This record gives sequence, structure tokens and C-alpha cells, in this order.
Amino acid sequence: MENVLEVRGLNAWYEEGPALFGSRRRRQVLFDVSFSVGAGEIVGLVGESGSGKTSLSRAVLGLLPDYEGEIVHRSARPQMVFQDPYSSLNPAHSVGWILEEPLRAAGILDAAQRRAAVTELLEKIGLGGDYASRRPSQLSGGQRQRVSIAAAVIAKPRLIVADEPVSALDVTVQAQILRLLAELKEDYELSYLFISHDLNVIWQICSRVLVMKEGRIVEQGPVEEVFDRPRHEYTRQLLAAAG
Amino acid sequence: MGDLLQVENLRVRFLDAALDRMAVDGVSFSLREGEIMGLVGESGSGKTVTAMSASGLLPEGKTETGGSIRLAGREMLRCSERELRQIQGELLSVVFQEPMTSLDPVRRVGPQVEECLRLHTKLSARERKARALEAMAMAELPEPEELYRKYPHQLSGGMLQRVMIAAAVVGRPKLLLADEPTTALDVTIQAQILELLKKLNREQGTAILFISHDLHVVRRLCTRVAVMQRGKIVEEGDVEEIFRSPRHEYTRRLIDAIPRRDSKLI
Ligand SMILES: Nc1ncnc2c1ncn2[C@@H]1O[C@H](COP(=O)(O)OP(=O)(O)OP(=O)(O)O)[C@@H](O)[C@H]1O
Ligand SMILES: Nc1ncnc2c1ncn2[C@@H]1O[C@H](COP(=O)(O)OP(=O)(O)OP(=O)(O)O)[C@@H](O)[C@H]1O
Ligand SMILES: [Mg+2]
Ligand SMILES: [Mg+2]
Repeated sequence: MENVLEVRGLNAWYEEGPALFGSRRRRQVLFDVSFSVGAGEIVGLVGESGSGKTSLSRAVLGLLPDYEGEIVHRSARPQMVFQDPYSSLNPAHSVGWILEEPLRAAGILDAAQRRAAVTELLEKIGLGGDYASRRPSQLSGGQRQRVSIAAAVIAKPRLIVADEPVSALDVTVQAQILRLLAELKEDYELSYLFISHDLNVIWQICSRVLVMKEGRIVEQGPVEEVFDRPRHEYTRQLLAAAG
Repeated sequence: MGDLLQVENLRVRFLDAALDRMAVDGVSFSLREGEIMGLVGESGSGKTVTAMSASGLLPEGKTETGGSIRLAGREMLRCSERELRQIQGELLSVVFQEPMTSLDPVRRVGPQVEECLRLHTKLSARERKARALEAMAMAELPEPEELYRKYPHQLSGGMLQRVMIAAAVVGRPKLLLADEPTTALDVTIQAQILELLKKLNREQGTAILFISHDLHVVRRLCTRVAVMQRGKIVEEGDVEEIFRSPRHEYTRRLIDAIPRRDSKLI
């Protein structure tokens, strides 16, 4: 299998506060992280709050400038579903405009085709075409989350980095969205790096999983293997608490 | 004990989405002093709009409302701005579903946690800070002293959610409206936050309206629950009773939804 993403020996830092005595104050957030995502593969990323999951996704998308190590993409426009949909959806535009934008950027469809694609996808995420005229501020939390997923998948990028994409959804809607993501992966060979704190979600949709703690990947492997025979103490705790 | 919050036939329609159904369509329930009640339901069913109505925080001039919401005897749907501010400081606090929308990005986290004390108490700056740090520790935030000085964007999603919880409990409200307060948290921290809410309820008698999309989380905290779908409460009662014999089809799906190993999608 060809890899769409390879990360090798990644270390990354955040700048903290103003420079002191000429030297920058920085704090390391990722430590020697290595993993890959194969074409058509869904790789899960779990770990406790503050362990560095969002930071790793930022690094993968080139949004963390201060790093060492290798990040190799074979994907023209990787897309991101941000953990906080409110601040990532442009409040000045309608849902329809936001969803059409990746298609306009890709330049593959004409206006009528774009609108049709938007309506179809809105139906699939359980919102219906009427929602195209709404602003993000006129949606519920879970509706916003679904729109940001739609914006990431609509142009069928090779790689999608999704940060807690279904955390605000009730199980019925969540199942619908997970099915859609699995379907897109099958039909278009999309790959995902899929962050979730919910082990049940990881279990349903991922083939491999990475477990993070304090900025390091402490365990990785096929989901069955990691969940059935966890080697790291933290993985065991997670599984125990999940019941 | 008497009713603290009484919602009667609440109706909310957004004027700019006139073609759509009502966001909240005839919702009634009440919450006694010191009680914890769950509100679960489908995405878009009206949970947040119900909570916003109860706290007087619906976007001004954009809605048409009907019915009544009485909080400690006062009508929340027809409160002046001044009355609302007073109520929000003394009686009520809210944990919002999306923390980033209610935190000021250019102010440090600590002062935002103690904002409510600054506005509504005569505590000294030192006392306020001590209370804020205590609330942050209670909300399971690591190294509160260090976090106190950070800006919101320097925190992870789950840390922000805990900051919101600390800010909501620091003023020891009589009623806490908590809108999906644990969605961004992994199971271990989620369990600790549920413990914190139980403790507040036990030790300070805080009544809690706990909004969640997850009936299984609600079961761990609440005795009573209302289930919403499409703007209406479709089922209400004792949680255990509802688990034993759910009457509504949507409730049944929420209960059955523990993913099993045979539900793999790929
Ligand atoms: N912009 C930033 N500047 C400085 N520190 C940051 C910044 N963003 C995050 N951090 C810190 O980096 C660490 C990892 O944060 P990150 O957001 O990656 O965690 P996470 O695993 O995504 O957690 P969560 O599950 O709560 O979202 C935390 O200690 C956080 O405070
Ligand atoms: N400002 C607004 N303008 C127009 N419609 C709105 C606005 N806010 C919410 N709505 C609509 O009102 C309905 C109820 O929204 P609400 O936010 O209460 O849902 P919710 O139950 O909290 O859902 P979620 O679990 O997704 O957060 C939704 O259909 C939503 O689209
Ligand atoms: Mg995160
Ligand atoms: Mg909501």
C-alpha cells in the first residue's frame, strides 16, 4: 500500500510568551513521533486531553512552524476538520458558499454542478438543501460540526485530518456520519487521520490506532490488537474507563 | 423543596429561518431546588435553544417566543437587561457548548474564570484568585497556577472545556445550565467532571440542568431525564425507568446505541 502521509521523528515546539534575555522561550509539545497513513486507510488517534493530538494534526498540515523531523505528504490538498467548528467556519458566508468553496478552488465543476453537489451532501449529513442559505451562527452545535465535515470531504481530497469530528453528535446522527465517511473512503480511496476520545467510534471506523500520551505515541497497531492486548498502562486505563 | 425553574409551553421561532419549523415547540418541564435533571436529544432538537431561553441569552431581536420560563419566581422571557445581569451573577451560570465562543481570546484565562466574582462579590483580588485556582483544580485542570496566566488559544479543546466549567462553578450558583460540558473529554476526565458536578450538587445544593447527546452519560449523573426530538419533549421521567421501558422509538435507539464489535463499518 502506498502511503499518503509519512511522519518520521517529529519533534515540535510552541513559543511561550515573550523572548527572555534574547532567547526564545519554547515548550516542546511533540516528542519523536513516527507513523504513516496508507492510501484508503483510516488511522485513529486517541489520547488524554492535552496529550498533543490537535498539535500533531496541526503539524501534519504545516500549521506548526517550529518543528524538526520529516512530514511527507502525497496529497495535494489535505483537508482538516477542526475540533472547534465555530471558529473554523467563516461566519460571513452561507453554508452553501462555504461548501462550494473547496469545489471552486479545485475548479472541476461548474456553478450548477457545484450547487447540486452541495445539496446532495447536505442531504447525506441529515440537514437538507434548505440549510445552504443559513449562516454558521444559525446552526446548532452538532449541525455546525456536520457542516465542517462536509466542507472537508466535498472535494474528495486524498487525506483528511479530522479532529474530534463527531464528538457533538448523538448516536443516531453519528452513525449516519460514520457511514458516510466509510463510504467515501471505499468509493474514492480517501484516507483519514481520525482523532477521537471515544474508543467506540475508533473501533467502528479505524483499522489502525495510535495512542498518545504527553506528546509521545506510546502504542500503535491494528485496532483489534491494541484494544484486545493493550501493552501500555494508559491504553489499559482508557479501555477500563470506557467499560 | 419548591420549583427553582419552571418552563411552561416554551416556543421559540427564529425569524430569519421563517420557513423552518419552530426550534422549540411547546416544551414544559420543571427543576426543583437541588435537583439534577438531564436533557438529551437529537442534534438540532432544541436543547441549546431551551437552555439559552432559560438563561435569557437568546440573540436579541432574532426570535419570537411564547410560553413562560420562571426562575426563582422571575419571568426570564420578559426580563430587562439589568435584571438579567443580576440573575446571571447571583443565581445562574452557564457552561456553553462551544467554549471558544464565550471566552475572550485576548484575555488571560485566570481573570476570565474569576469574572463572576469580580462583578458580583466584594472579594479582594487575592481572594478571587484563590477561589479561581481552587475551581480550576476542582475542574481537573493540571497546574492551575501556570494555566491561570495563559491565553485561551494556548489550551487544548478539553482544557478549554474545563476552564468553562471552572468559570461556571466559581460563583457557586443555585442553578447550573451545563450544555454538553464533557463532549471534548476522554472517559477518564469525563468521569472526574461528573464527580465534580455530583459533589457541587451534594455539598452546595446546586441544581443542574445537564444537556447531553449521550443518554448513557446522563444516566450516571441524573435521576430524571427529558428526551427531545424536533423541538418537542417526546419522553420524560425517571432515568432507570426509561432504560427499563422506553416508550418512544428515538429513546430506544439512544439506549441500544452501545456500539458492539459486530457494528464495525470497515
Ligand atoms: N498555541 C499554543 N501555544 C502554546 N501551547 C499550546 C498551544 N496549543 C496547545 N498548547 C499546549 O500543548 C499541549 C497539547 O495540546 P493539544 O491541543 O495538542 O492537546 P489535545 O491532545 O488535542 O487535547 P484535547 O483532547 O483536550 O483537545 C497542551 O498542554 C496545550 O496547553
Ligand atoms: N441563531 C439561529 N438562527 C436560526 N436557527 C437557529 C439558530 N440557532 C439554532 N437554530 C435552529 O434551531 C434548532 C435547534 O437548535 P439547538 O441549538 O437548540 O439544537 P441542539 O439540540 O442544541 O442540537 P446540538 O446537539 O446539535 O447542539 C436547530 O434546527 C437549529 O438549526
Ligand atoms: Mg484537541
Ligand atoms: Mg446544542
